[in-house]
Amino acid sequence: MTVLRPLLITVGLLALWHIIVAISGVPPYILPGPVSVIAAWIGRPGLFIEHGAITAAEILMGLSFGFILGVTSALIMAYFRPAQAWLLPVLVISQALPVFALAPILVLWFGYGMGSKVIMAALIIYFPVTATFFDGLRRTETGWLDMARTMNGSRWAILRHVRIPAALPALGSGLRVATAVAPIGAVVGEWVGSSGGLGYLMLHANARMQIDVMFAALFTLAVLAISLYTATDFAVRRLVAWQPETNPSNI
Amino acid sequence: MSHPVDIPPPLQPRALGAPIGISVQQAHVAWGDNVLFDRLNLDLAAGRWTCLLGPSGVGKSMLLRLILGLEGTPGEPDSVTCSDGFPLAGRAAFMAQRDCLFPWLSVVENVCLGHRLRSRRPLSATDEDRAMTLLDAVGLADQADAMPNTLSGGMRQRTALARTLMEDRPVVLMDEPFSALDAITRIKLQDLAARLLAGRTVLLVTHDPLEALRLGHHVHVMKGRPATLGPALQPAGPPPRPVADPAILEMQGDLLNQLTEAAL
Repeated sequence: MTVLRPLLITVGLLALWHIIVAISGVPPYILPGPVSVIAAWIGRPGLFIEHGAITAAEILMGLSFGFILGVTSALIMAYFRPAQAWLLPVLVISQALPVFALAPILVLWFGYGMGSKVIMAALIIYFPVTATFFDGLRRTETGWLDMARTMNGSRWAILRHVRIPAALPALGSGLRVATAVAPIGAVVGEWVGSSGGLGYLMLHANARMQIDVMFAALFTLAVLAISLYTATDFAVRRLVAWQPETNPSNI
Repeated sequence: MSHPVDIPPPLQPRALGAPIGISVQQAHVAWGDNVLFDRLNLDLAAGRWTCLLGPSGVGKSMLLRLILGLEGTPGEPDSVTCSDGFPLAGRAAFMAQRDCLFPWLSVVENVCLGHRLRSRRPLSATDEDRAMTLLDAVGLADQADAMPNTLSGGMRQRTALARTLMEDRPVVLMDEPFSALDAITRIKLQDLAARLLAGRTVLLVTHDPLEALRLGHHVHVMKGRPATLGPALQPAGPPPRPVADPAILEMQGDLLNQLTEAAL
């Protein structure tokens, strides 16, 4: 059933889409039916794979940079008290300034290539990664810390063997949020200015009234984002398998 | 638990010289105007069990943490001295009410936690053997590779006891180590601890008068605010004393009366 369910959901949504288009009689340049969208994909798979690969690369690089930056910031903030006062406002600003507003500036500075999109994706995930990991590092159970101190663990050993492992579930939550929002950064960047990627393909097709191509690109993006999230979720679960899960609906 | 009654050789303290006596002089702990205790003195006899009873919130745990060096006002003179003149730091093992096992480490890895925190080198074969011998002594040899969240409360606390013993420190400070367990498991663990910790200087903080009387060479009642220590009761006979010993039961009655008065 767990394998079948996503398939059933997909088929159900496609059927619903088809029925709505058939009943309402919306013209295909407003909402094409699923059959013509699938046909558009099958007609030119190379186009979607090529642009999909560009977007995927931007998302993955953005995730990596944002993750490394976020983890480092959280560690610095947790271990150097003065840094907290300086980095915390930067963190808040990075989240308060909408990426949508920054996109034109970033494209102006870093060009039409992948760089500006990678930076945008990194920027958008910096906050969830830093905030969750920082919280995790600060909330280590005092009992574990007392134990480590009576065992003469050095500051470094306590960080490495107590605080970081204890903060992994929190970091995992942050990473999940990050993978869910990272595509936003990449696609917004592509909209503002680029010569490749699914966001570019969508705008390009939209301008030429190739609405079926636009939807096929959207569909490709959805598959990409969902696969990425599923893979991350799987990895995070494996990494913190020791964290018991309690299901509220069972209580 | 079917353990041999005599202690197998690997469990004998390795690096222990003469047991260390500990003296707490003029201890003072306060939060603002709230003085928990002031000018409090306590002696832990070398190689003996000292038990500390008292109503909740009287400062028993605080006193234990003060001795451990986990609490204390910076700048104030150290009130804890050892009979051999060296500081206690690094020579006391700690066992808390909660087992404090790390859920991401297996049972045997938890037992060897101290090594993991102090050294980058892998565990030596001798230490690995020792860890397995200790797990065997607490009846958990077959659970060595299990994760803590698959164990019962009693098994977890036995793992914590093995971890405490693995540290092989001459002084062991225990803060209500068995209070979260059911009565039968508690008695079994008391027997086990008395056997495995014999010869070390032990401070046991507890709520349970029977536990104190079964295990302690010296039993103190701590009460009042600022808290004071009563004179030491010295139950006769070697620990662990039988649960049904009439002398023990009579003393338990007296202690319960004292503690009930103190709690009012």
